[in-house]
Amino acid sequence: MNFDIKKIRKDFPALHQEIYGKPLVYLDNAATTLKPQVVIDSITNYYSTINSNVHRGVHYLSQQATEEFENTRKNIRKYINARNTHEIIFTKGTTESINLVANSFGKKFLSHGDEVIISELEHHANIVPWQMICEEKGAKLKVIPINDNGELILKKYKDLITDKTKIVSVSHISNTLGTVNPIKEIIDIAHQHDIPVMIDGAQGIVHEKIDVQELDCDFYCFSSHKFYGPMGVGVLYGKEKYLEEMPPYQTGGEMIKTVTFKKTTFNELPFKFETGTPNVADVIGFGSAINYIKKIGIENIIRYEKELLKHATEMLSGIQGLRIYGEAKKKAGVISFLLKDIHPYDAGIIIDKLSIAVRTGQHCAQPVMDRFDIPGTIRASFAFYNTKEEVDKLVQAILKVQEMFG
Amino acid sequence: MTIREIEKEITEEFSMFDDWMDKYNHLIEMGKSLPLIEKKYRTDQYLISGCQSRVWLSAEMEDGKVIFKADSDAVITKGIINLLIRILSNQTPDNILNAKMDFINQVGLKEHLSPTRSNGLTSMIKQMKLYAVVFKTKMAQ
Repeated sequence: MNFDIKKIRKDFPALHQEIYGKPLVYLDNAATTLKPQVVIDSITNYYSTINSNVHRGVHYLSQQATEEFENTRKNIRKYINARNTHEIIFTKGTTESINLVANSFGKKFLSHGDEVIISELEHHANIVPWQMICEEKGAKLKVIPINDNGELILKKYKDLITDKTKIVSVSHISNTLGTVNPIKEIIDIAHQHDIPVMIDGAQGIVHEKIDVQELDCDFYCFSSHKFYGPMGVGVLYGKEKYLEEMPPYQTGGEMIKTVTFKKTTFNELPFKFETGTPNVADVIGFGSAINYIKKIGIENIIRYEKELLKHATEMLSGIQGLRIYGEAKKKAGVISFLLKDIHPYDAGIIIDKLSIAVRTGQHCAQPVMDRFDIPGTIRASFAFYNTKEEVDKLVQAILKVQEMFG
Repeated sequence: MTIREIEKEITEEFSMFDDWMDKYNHLIEMGKSLPLIEKKYRTDQYLISGCQSRVWLSAEMEDGKVIFKADSDAVITKGIINLLIRILSNQTPDNILNAKMDFINQVGLKEHLSPTRSNGLTSMIKQMKLYAVVFKTKMAQ
């Protein structure tokens, strides 16, 4: 397929605005991506016409809402090649998906003295929920270390596994350093010991083709809003065998089969994990985002982004006094860097004034900052609507920063 | 000088700049020239935590006036600290408590005092006023 960047950019209305009087350069895609017009339209369309609750009414619009909502579930199943549609659980986002597994899996399978393995690369959302449940259960949290390039040290990972290990939870792609983790290998190693693996795919789904059966991961989760869909929707994929055994995470309506004051029995999957009125409009909007991505083709996106990242890495590496953090052999989407003797916050303020959106700070990954002993980084993160010209504008902005603080 | 007078002076100083870049260059210069806090204060005890940049603040009472000293790891933050210190340091606790700090709006630096910036400056002003309360109470005893 012909990758027509001009045409693609037209699909994203937020790209066409001025900030401080200059065209916006949006390089904060790892925080949230912009939304194509089709996604915005589908949300507007839902509220303008269907606007009904799902799974309840017999009336026409409610039926239609349910159908579109459930079609999105089927769409997502197909997109990540899950075996069953009921293995797709809708949540608020990646964070809620991880909390759900940490709490529900933890309640059922973790006991005193057990162990959970995460990595040094994780976002706080894949650290704190595990910390909390480990504390509650008297379990131990173990951490796979990274090397100076920001790659997981697999040998150390193998050494961490014991007969007490109950689950491994690692990110697919690091939001801070851009490292693409060897998750297939991580999963295979864990499975040799019958240990399930959860993958935080918040960044992974955006920059890789996902096939959960091929990966054989036991859980995979991601957010809609980092993948061109609306905010407030996330997905948890889980293997049926675990989801069936896990107790409900939150309770209320929708997720029950029968309720008396003596006893409640729970609904079947996926509804067991989806209590309360779901975010129908945004789930449907997410369906439109996935259709849009399918139309462009994730392979095309990956190819284009790879080229863009290569260009950005080359250009930034050429700047004197700039150090890139995270130099893994396999990287995607993100470049984190620091300028010699310039605080990332100072740089961020000036870059912002030059109409470029980047993120500065710790990126919700304090352990990574501690590992490199830095106060934070400046992070440029790319999407397939970004261009080499925009990367060059970032380079100009960095040179300006150096001039001002030099 | 009274707080009002200093505020007026700063506002006039900033009105000379035509564009944001001159203004920020000025802030950067001020950030660089701020006398550093003694090393003994650059510890967690004096740290005002912001997720993006860190601020250290100490306060002492001299002849009925509060002397503030502060530092930050980011230069622009330090430049703004410099302004805050020029205004609030060497003033009586009562004057510090009554200071409205609206010059910040007038010189166009409001965004830096927004809590979303998490650069420690909002907390710094709160902390300065808190010190004023403490010294005021001590004086009354």
